Amino acid sequence: MKSVKIENVSKQFGQVYGVKNLNLDIKAGEFFTFLGPSGCGKTTTLRMIAGFYYPTNGHILFDEQDVTRLPPNKRNIGMVFQNYALFPHMTVDENIAFGLQVRKFSKAEIQHKVDRIRGQVHLATYGKRKINELSGGQQQRVALARALVIEPDILLLDEPLSNLDAKLREETRVEIKRIQSELGITTIYVTHDQMEAMAMSDRIMVMENGDIKQIGTPQEIYHRPINRFVANFIGETNLIEGTIEAIDGEDIQVITTNGLIFIGRKQQSSPTFTHMIGDKVFISIRPESIHLGAGDNTLTGKITFVEFTGISVNYIVDFTAFSLKVMIIHSYDQIKSIGEDITINVAYDSLYFLGE
Amino acid sequence: MEKQPVNAWTRMTHSNWFVYLLIAPLFLVLLAYVVYPFYQTFSQSFAGDEAFVHYKKFFDMASPANLEALWTSVYISIISVLSCAIVGITMAFLLERYNFPGRRILSILVLVPMALPPLVGVLSFSFLYGDSGIFPRFFQQLFGLEQVPFSLKGIWGVIVVHTFTMYTYFYLTASAAIKGLDPALEEAAISLGAGRIRIWTKVILPMLTPSIVASSLLVFMISMASYTAPLMFGVERTMTMQIYLSRTNGNLEMAATQSMILSFVSITFLIVMRWYQNRRNYQNLSKGISVHRSEVSSKGMKIFATIASFVGTFMLILPILVLILISFSVDGTWKTQILPTDYTFDHYIALFTDERTWRPIWNSIQMGVIATAGNIIFGVAAAYAMVRLNFKGKTLLDILIMVPWALPGTVVAVNLIAAFSTENIFAFNQVLIGTFWILPLAYFIRHLPLVFRSTSASLVQLDQSIEEASRGLGATWWYSFRRIVVPLTFTGILAGTLLALVQSFGEFVASILIYSTSTIPLSVAIFQKLYAFKFGTACAYGVLQICLILVVLIISEKLSKGSAGSAI
Repeated sequence: MKSVKIENVSKQFGQVYGVKNLNLDIKAGEFFTFLGPSGCGKTTTLRMIAGFYYPTNGHILFDEQDVTRLPPNKRNIGMVFQNYALFPHMTVDENIAFGLQVRKFSKAEIQHKVDRIRGQVHLATYGKRKINELSGGQQQRVALARALVIEPDILLLDEPLSNLDAKLREETRVEIKRIQSELGITTIYVTHDQMEAMAMSDRIMVMENGDIKQIGTPQEIYHRPINRFVANFIGETNLIEGTIEAIDGEDIQVITTNGLIFIGRKQQSSPTFTHMIGDKVFISIRPESIHLGAGDNTLTGKITFVEFTGISVNYIVDFTAFSLKVMIIHSYDQIKSIGEDITINVAYDSLYFLGE
Repeated sequence: MEKQPVNAWTRMTHSNWFVYLLIAPLFLVLLAYVVYPFYQTFSQSFAGDEAFVHYKKFFDMASPANLEALWTSVYISIISVLSCAIVGITMAFLLERYNFPGRRILSILVLVPMALPPLVGVLSFSFLYGDSGIFPRFFQQLFGLEQVPFSLKGIWGVIVVHTFTMYTYFYLTASAAIKGLDPALEEAAISLGAGRIRIWTKVILPMLTPSIVASSLLVFMISMASYTAPLMFGVERTMTMQIYLSRTNGNLEMAATQSMILSFVSITFLIVMRWYQNRRNYQNLSKGISVHRSEVSSKGMKIFATIASFVGTFMLILPILVLILISFSVDGTWKTQILPTDYTFDHYIALFTDERTWRPIWNSIQMGVIATAGNIIFGVAAAYAMVRLNFKGKTLLDILIMVPWALPGTVVAVNLIAAFSTENIFAFNQVLIGTFWILPLAYFIRHLPLVFRSTSASLVQLDQSIEEASRGLGATWWYSFRRIVVPLTFTGILAGTLLALVQSFGEFVASILIYSTSTIPLSVAIFQKLYAFKFGTACAYGVLQICLILVVLIISEKLSKGSAGSAI
């Protein structure tokens, strides 16, 4: 278990920057996630931590040790690849034992360690199987066992769930989280799936175009996104453009382009946002925070889309200058249809203000 | 983990320059033994007081021997492509799409010509159908004629031999393409109301076009480079023969000029072929296609098919049978009879007991092993560098390795003569011509592409992250290479290696131009025995070669089956 420190790291591919001036502290034992759309630099960063790329500039430290130019085989890392990268010419046990053989453990020790880890990933009876005789989920667990058995200082996971079907993905997600917290190992997880990131991580780093947009706990990222990109990327949200009309103590009053007025709490805004009357502002409203009927910030609009998902009824409601995604939970008796008018309200504390 | 000091070695292996350190030997070897000899030939072709004097002579209308040779080579090549295409594609369709008595045996024997080394193939053809061959004599005696009623000779002899030995290129690609043809496409066409002819012209043939074009280019190139058949059938006006004659007459500048012109044609074809392969898209590779073979049903057709497949089978194994037969005949006793009259085991005994008969075999084994060892080292290294590493000059390396594959053996020999008849630095200040080492060098250059291609084909299929996983688990580059990369690409490496070994063992075209009299290779020995009328010994050598090739074919077949499970 080691901490990871990234200092001013950049990686250039020819003229293009993969990541630029990255600074990051990952605590020992933390489950840390790099989240972002494809091409944002998250895999590049992971591969630099693993040692498959060397940074163009900057330093990478494991605890106090500078590993910037240390080859991957000297870093004592465990890595799980997106396609698992299992050795097809070896059995399950041979795959798991590979890293132990490299470390020159005795035969008996290897067998002992392999048996134990195989039990932990629920593959106790699969030792002699060939890789191509396993299902996708089983292969995934072999890859995890192979990475963990060497007792790495840091576990690196590169989109490990993306090749599994939806149901298996959820099971495996729970499984990885369970093993990680049992072992208490520092884990860096790369994904583009915000649900996965939210569910598993202690902290999340949201990236875009090679830059860090925000680092924080899942709650911070979800409830206090720093800008429109993060708000949009994490969960679903409605962004309404408007202008600050008045600031009155704790209250902030915004008028939209078609003259609708929203009133919210001043503190409920991005830390980088400065409040000045006449400023342009974006209001973020999560679909699930909208309720039926009158209340704070009451609006009436026309339904243009209805969808029943089981848990909720989802609407899209048109307000001429903008439309809102609305998610109503537990109200099966009053599903409305397209074309009907609907009255909704958004609580004073549910408005969140963002700058440009 | 302990604090790991970053030592000098680690720093070096991870600097950006390390890759160049790795590929430098590769470039050096290619520079010394491909580029430099080629350049020597090039400058030799421009030797003399007047610029282009030899090229002017080549294209001189007053003495058109050279132009005639160029035309004959092209002419033979075009006819060879056509006849190989007809035979190969027809065979592929018959065997893939129809069921008839004798189909199974025919589908195995159809690849027999691949097991014939070029010289041995031509040899058995002239025993069978040549001027004093078995068949012409049989018909002469049958009808009591003054002269043989027909015989294979001249250009048409060359073309028949080409057809027999090269139709397999068309057969292999066409039958692969036919196997890959989704029957649903045809069914779709039928359901849309298309008739038989329309299905053929609009669906089947267009799908086969890529494989037909690729094979055509290949057969054309090989025909242009063909040397053995013109030699045996006495067609002197071909490019390769002209080079050989210029060289034996001591006109080295002319030989160089002819080589340059032939190289130009061959390399042009190589470039066209690569370009075509890159732009061609692979068609449906949907798995689990059920090949539906139509049963030949009518009675007349059935009898015809049976007879035809019997004749085909017979024709295919006849060259080998005749070699075996003659290998048992007493040297010098077979003169005007249809078949040899006296038989003996002596030739086979002599192969392994008589020092002078055994010598060429041992020479070829030594040379082949040396050349192949070099092929493994440099072929695998080059393949790894091309597939896995990034460096400047990658395209150049690719071209330099593939060029020897396109160059006719005759040209390779002429290049080596131009470069190594004098002392030079690349030969450690030795004259290589006339020594043992020149032939292993020629084999090394000619067969490097074989190992390179089959290794890189299997490397491409090996996911890079598998190697990274191994590195991530703590393995060094060398440990990963041994335990992961080599085992997973082993079949590819071995297939290329065996092929290179067999080819070296039977190589004739370059050997005949540059062998030294103290270390005669097997193929040249066969040729000499033939001219000394020692047919029995020559054929026994030939049978030995065929046996070796069969062993190699069986091994590679077994290996490729065994690795089916590891296809990830």
